[in-house]
Amino acid sequence: MKNPISNLQKVFESRIRLGIMSALMVNDTLDFNTLKGYLGLTDGNLASHLKALEQQEIIAVSKQFIGRKTSTSYKATGHGRELFRRHLAALEKLINQK
Amino acid sequence: MESESTNPNNDLRAIRDIMERSSRFLSLSGLAGIFAGLYALIGAFFAWFFIFDSDKERFGDFLRSTDVSITSGIGLYLSLDAILVLVAAILGAACFSRRKARLAGQPVWTTTTRRLIIHVAIPLLTGGIFILILALRNHLELVASVMLIFYGLSLVNAGKFTFSEIHYLGLTEIALGILAGVFVSQGLLLWTIGFGLMHLLYGSIMYYRYERQKKVE
Repeated sequence: MKNPISNLQKVFESRIRLGIMSALMVNDTLDFNTLKGYLGLTDGNLASHLKALEQQEIIAVSKQFIGRKTSTSYKATGHGRELFRRHLAALEKLINQK
Repeated sequence: MESESTNPNNDLRAIRDIMERSSRFLSLSGLAGIFAGLYALIGAFFAWFFIFDSDKERFGDFLRSTDVSITSGIGLYLSLDAILVLVAAILGAACFSRRKARLAGQPVWTTTTRRLIIHVAIPLLTGGIFILILALRNHLELVASVMLIFYGLSLVNAGKFTFSEIHYLGLTEIALGILAGVFVSQGLLLWTIGFGLMHLLYGSIMYYRYERQKKVE
């Protein structure tokens, strides 16, 4: 039998990245401040995790102007969704094995 | 495999928690419903006993009247009465939501909140404009019905973004609105049931289900 742990995604080992991705799975797009509020993080901490997810093309970033302020919003990519689904399935298998 | 999160049960719980918190507006308080219901009952009481002087004839005559103005007389008083109830209910909902979010340590102004407001506003504003058209065309007998139906539709819309009770409250309002369209002479009564009693009922249900036990802790 294939070891389910091989499907666990290293990128989602961090609870924060797992949280970001969970929120983006059920929302089309979310802006920075909304994510920050949900996860209770500081700007810098959230930004570094978002950057990591962006670099691996798990999330896509878009910036737009609302009046004078820029607003950055985030969206899960198809690739990201697939990785997240695999990660979830692996977690479930781990639980069922016990 | 050592990592920050080694327990898959905790991971799944965290995922479910954040999915729920981020996709639904959970700061809506049952108290908002209870107070909206009270304001509506006060508004209806005022309309019936002071504007119509508890006179059935007068109410019937008003519904059949062909030259109603919303800038004078009964039309004006009723419009002001309805607007006051609406404003008080919206302010109440905003205050109680902020309070509930603060108690839970959650942000209140989020993407989900904006989505909820937009989805509520579309049917509600459509209904408001349509009511003005009805009033200008002297179809006052349908105003109570249209208020209930469009409000019900906006609640059904809102139900996708918040507690499921809101969905059922919406269906109830639509049903009452259709009844009010059939039995036009009972419009004020059905309006009072829909905006007064049903808000009290559903507000209490939501308060007991989601908020009361947290106070005991």
